[in-house]
Amino acid sequence: MTARAVTEATFDQEVINNEKTVLVDFWAEWCGPCRAVSPILDQIAHEHADKLDIVKLNVDDHPGLAAKYQITSIPAMKVFQKGEVVKTVIGAKPKPALEADLAAYLA
Amino acid sequence: MRQIIIIGSGPAGYTAAIYAARANLQPLLIASSVEAGGELMNTTDVENFPGFPEGVQGPDLMTKMQEQAERFGTEVVYDDVSAVDLTGPIKTVTLGSGETHEALAVIVATGSAYRKLGLSDEERLSGHGVSWCATCDGFFFKGKTIAVVGGGDSAMEEATFLTRFASKVYVIHRKDTLRASKIMQERAFANDKIEFIWNSEVAGILGADAVEGVQLRDTVTGVESTLELGGLFVAIGNDPRTHLVHGQLDLTPDGTISVGGRSSKTSQAGVFAAGDVVDPTYRQAVTAAASGCVSALDAEHYLSTLPQDLLAKASETELASVTN
Repeated sequence: MTARAVTEATFDQEVINNEKTVLVDFWAEWCGPCRAVSPILDQIAHEHADKLDIVKLNVDDHPGLAAKYQITSIPAMKVFQKGEVVKTVIGAKPKPALEADLAAYLA
Repeated sequence: MRQIIIIGSGPAGYTAAIYAARANLQPLLIASSVEAGGELMNTTDVENFPGFPEGVQGPDLMTKMQEQAERFGTEVVYDDVSAVDLTGPIKTVTLGSGETHEALAVIVATGSAYRKLGLSDEERLSGHGVSWCATCDGFFFKGKTIAVVGGGDSAMEEATFLTRFASKVYVIHRKDTLRASKIMQERAFANDKIEFIWNSEVAGILGADAVEGVQLRDTVTGVESTLELGGLFVAIGNDPRTHLVHGQLDLTPDGTISVGGRSSKTSQAGVFAAGDVVDPTYRQAVTAAASGCVSALDAEHYLSTLPQDLLAKASETELASVTN
């Protein structure tokens, strides 16, 4: 399963009001590490589809949301539960390291 | 078993792969999972790589190198090496996935990693205004006052790049002269948004949840002062990435892997090293590429001296793995 793209318009529905735990990957086309981590997030999304929703937000197209969540470094991966950020992971990491960071939301 | 495994996917790794593949050694190249392509993946315009009179984007250059290596039969694996055993005639390389590969020769082209300031608040504010990647993060500093720490080419490149977004970019440097090349210096000096703070080092990073400023210390007088900032980019150099080979290969006092003379031969027979991991001095894409070439030629020569039965074993299993 490939992570879905969310937008300013769908953010409330897909993230804030999502009953499941959601990871939002804040990324941009020009960010090399973002492109590197993207397939790893796709794999995690596929392997843990029952536990975690993974969506992507393009910060170029949606600077308002990037500013709202005080993004200053990408890739930034924020885990939302009941509309609140409960965990932030910054920077591209190998899959085992990312899984370790997200362990609490994958089990 | 393989004839050769190359660890690293920067200019050194891919050039080694191009030469090894054209020598019919069917190299396996371990590219890393998230740092594939190496340091040039985070740069924009590369203006000094020969053959590109208009310049080339770092990621485009690395894609081309990879395609060239694959064209001649290099197999690229996107995983990280977690351990190596370089002793003995057969070397083993273990990946993050747990998979183990054997080879008669290994080329270590693991490059270097960003050096940190070593301040207690650096880790805490990393991603909250402290950054090592201007091309990744510059976008988020639109209209802000920020600073770049460092005096080399990468510091000048970052400072110049960041003026696209920031309203003001300070360059904080420990000395009163720059290490950067003339062209990069002149570009920075000519930029109205860039201001140099000479003879100063960052003694502390200020801010509760995000960078609000830095504590500066004058390296001549020792006087401390505060500078208000919305972001801090660290470009104070790189350290060779040798953790995989500690205890197995000799290192130099600079921390690079020790190689014999102009060759790529390490202290272990059958193990060669290339690129920034052996180079404390030049550290350019083109010198790394040249060094990768040397390592592949050295490895090819080494393999030609090995007993036939050992080589036969390597090519048999390779064929088997191809047909499987």
